[in-house]
Amino acid sequence: MSHLSPVSSGESLPDDPGTSLGALLRRCATGDEECFAELYDLTSRRVHGLVLRVVRDPAQAEEVTQEVYLQVWRTASRYDESKGSALAWLMTLAHRRAVDRVRSAEAASRHDTTYHQGAHAVPHDTTAEGAESSIEARRVRNALAELTKVQREALELAYFGGYTHTEVATMLDLPVGTAKTRIRDGLIRLRDAMGVGQ
Amino acid sequence: MSSGNAYEIHALSGAYAVDALDADEKVLFEQHLAACPACQAEVAGLREATASLAQSVEADPPPTLRDRVLADIRTVRPLPPEVESERPTKVRALPVRRRLTAFAVAAALLGVAGVGTVVWHENSTSDQGRTSAADRILRASDAKRVSLALDGGGSASVVRSVSAGRAVLITRGMPSAPTDKVYELWLQTPAGTMVPAGLMSGGSRTVVLDGDATNATAAGITVEPKGGSESPTTAPIALFDFERAT
Repeated sequence: MSHLSPVSSGESLPDDPGTSLGALLRRCATGDEECFAELYDLTSRRVHGLVLRVVRDPAQAEEVTQEVYLQVWRTASRYDESKGSALAWLMTLAHRRAVDRVRSAEAASRHDTTYHQGAHAVPHDTTAEGAESSIEARRVRNALAELTKVQREALELAYFGGYTHTEVATMLDLPVGTAKTRIRDGLIRLRDAMGVGQ
Repeated sequence: MSSGNAYEIHALSGAYAVDALDADEKVLFEQHLAACPACQAEVAGLREATASLAQSVEADPPPTLRDRVLADIRTVRPLPPEVESERPTKVRALPVRRRLTAFAVAAALLGVAGVGTVVWHENSTSDQGRTSAADRILRASDAKRVSLALDGGGSASVVRSVSAGRAVLITRGMPSAPTDKVYELWLQTPAGTMVPAGLMSGGSRTVVLDGDATNATAAGITVEPKGGSESPTTAPIALFDFERAT
């Protein structure tokens, strides 16, 4: 990643988060509370935003975000930089916890689950104020524009909706297997467009 | 759960990267992932791409949350780093009995550590917290365990719950499979047939065995050519007799 952070955007993540977040995580593993606070300040908008988007309920989202950061503190030593960036590790952990929360809540009260297709704004349309001007926002938006509409739709339901690929297939009236393929193809395109990963 | 061919399993990588597999598929894919470097690389790359997606939905958490989190961490000890792979694979220094005792204690700790109001679900040794399926089996009231010291070093334990219908293999310090080989897991039917139950590459892992373990009489591990075999081609390096499970 060769971009520079926009100077004005104090809220956005460092544009080379792999290095700085990784260093902070390593310090967290040694019990450094100041570094943990810094890590929290740098990442909590993104983590909480994702959790809130998936979980929807603000009180539950708060609990999940709290769990995520406790898990980060506890398991920071298990982050292996050879396997990916610190940001990817963190967001993977946050997403999994958010999804676990909605699925266990669902199992408890299946009748509660309603899906409002119209209410789902697509992520490139819901760009948060403040982050809009950042280079990263533009990169993500440009990368998402590379996806076909159907890929984006399936990926958004899976990632932001927290639905399984079979649920996504049913929602979109697709044969089972098609949603899975669209999610994977969409992610591959996104990865390639953003120039991240392998 | 179908056993699925390699192509089908590989195609689950995208859904796995965004947590969009159901519980059974996830177990199946994670077993495959443990032995498939191509899928490991793909999942890692796709997760890098997803890490930026949430950039568009950022939201400030309530300010009080920061105080709570910072107060909470003072009561939680960070886990030590994993150092197992740095050790020689043969743990000859410890007598078998002591090794097994230490192992049993470690295994007993799995999945029961509660911290404050938060219950942790992740495996304490690997995979950054993906063992909820394994946890369910390990915590089942009818979970029974058979533990063995492995000849090549390390130890292994199989826990089977009849009510869950599944079995879990827990290894500690298991030497890596030889080049071009893989460890294949098996469930033995009452008729004595060995049914493939997944692949793994060794190390310290918690793996849910593929397939229904309700009526299985034993579980086994053999060394097989990469990709696995339909039936065992070598003598088992470990055989867990469920008759002896406690």
